[in-house]
Amino acid sequence: MSKIHVTTSVNGDAVEFLCDPRETLLDVLRDRLHLTGAKEGCGTGDCGACSVTLDGRLVCSCLVLGAEAEGHEIGTIEGIANGEELHPLQQKFIEHAALQCGICTPGILVATKALLEKNPDPTETEVRYWLAGNLCRCTGYDKIIRAVMDTAADLRSDMKEAT
Amino acid sequence: MHYHTPASFDEAAALAASATGITRFLAGGTDVLVQLRADIVTPDTLIDIKHIAGVHDIIQMPNGGWQIGIAVTGAEMTEHPALAAAWPGVVEAMDLVGSTQIQGRATLTGNLCNGSPAADSVPAMVAADASVSVCGPKGAHKVAVLDIPTAPGRTSLAKGEMVTAINLPAREPGGGDAYLRFIPRTEMDIAVVGCGVNLRVDGGKITHARVSLGAVAPTVLLVGEAADAIIGSTLDDAALDRLAAAASAACNPIDDKRGTIEFRIHVAGVLARRTAKIAYDRAIAAGE
Repeated sequence: MSKIHVTTSVNGDAVEFLCDPRETLLDVLRDRLHLTGAKEGCGTGDCGACSVTLDGRLVCSCLVLGAEAEGHEIGTIEGIANGEELHPLQQKFIEHAALQCGICTPGILVATKALLEKNPDPTETEVRYWLAGNLCRCTGYDKIIRAVMDTAADLRSDMKEAT
Repeated sequence: MHYHTPASFDEAAALAASATGITRFLAGGTDVLVQLRADIVTPDTLIDIKHIAGVHDIIQMPNGGWQIGIAVTGAEMTEHPALAAAWPGVVEAMDLVGSTQIQGRATLTGNLCNGSPAADSVPAMVAADASVSVCGPKGAHKVAVLDIPTAPGRTSLAKGEMVTAINLPAREPGGGDAYLRFIPRTEMDIAVVGCGVNLRVDGGKITHARVSLGAVAPTVLLVGEAADAIIGSTLDDAALDRLAAAASAACNPIDDKRGTIEFRIHVAGVLARRTAKIAYDRAIAAGE
């Protein structure tokens, strides 16, 4: 089967790859680009472990074909920290112990970052609904919600100080 | 599998018409890719329609009606205040589909053409009297959304035909719509029953109504008796009782793990009442 040549951008870097038409963006990220932060949980768009952004929009990379990435901008968990400096969400997840096994964590961080960019002051209910497509079988979610609410409050006070 | 990215509807329809084996159109992919990965449907030809001009647009037509492109996502509909103001029931129905991630990809057209009897947006579109524009060997024409699903997983679209847009009528003064569904949990499940109501009021009295039900028959139902039960009324208790009885009587559901036949029949009546009340309140507010 002939492979498709795809030119795209991942975390701001121009990227080219060849992929089979059946290969998902998740397969491409993990197996061709060696960005293994996005995880395969269910492979059917139910669990959110493979969450990435596509032109800023939160999606499941298991439900996007690699070929569909052509000309678009992909954002993954690998692009969230600034070098060695963790993103505030990552720092708060550690402080709140908002993870145990860690499989869901990259997807949840990508998803919550997308939420806070869209809505810097979400209610707890909004956070819970936003994350309804990110399954975690360890934490019971509460620590995750605390970490997100705490990060959001910190980022808002940082914004106030900056203005 | 051959993957195509046609630049026009004519090119896409010609590809589908000449393809052999299994052909699928790819919009958001939230059904097509799940079926592909689960080896339920492995297309020989996959036609990605997202490179066609205009498919990402929501347009209000000069007559006040709406044209929704076939690649417009649920999230894009929810983020469109004028569309949400005109057709809140349709927008809310689409918004009920899946998670935030699914909303970033899933489309109204895909929800319709996947052919699920439990598709949330379909009863809302039927209540709204929506149509689809279709192109193909027979030329461009319009088909009522009601006439697209023919059986679970099947549509009336012939080989080489494709939907090119979804059309919603202009919102008339004193009109309102709503959609509610029942699921066994608060989020992320498939409708056990869905109900769409679209109506118009004049001086508090209902002058027009369309009532639809999802997930209670092999295809979406437009229940004329349920609409007749409330037309001419002010949605008083007697009218609501007649509405609930007519909605329940129209059901022809299956038993499954989400609900029994008896439960679905009962819930159809309950949802019809609740949905009609929301649509009525919206219509009254719009008429003021």
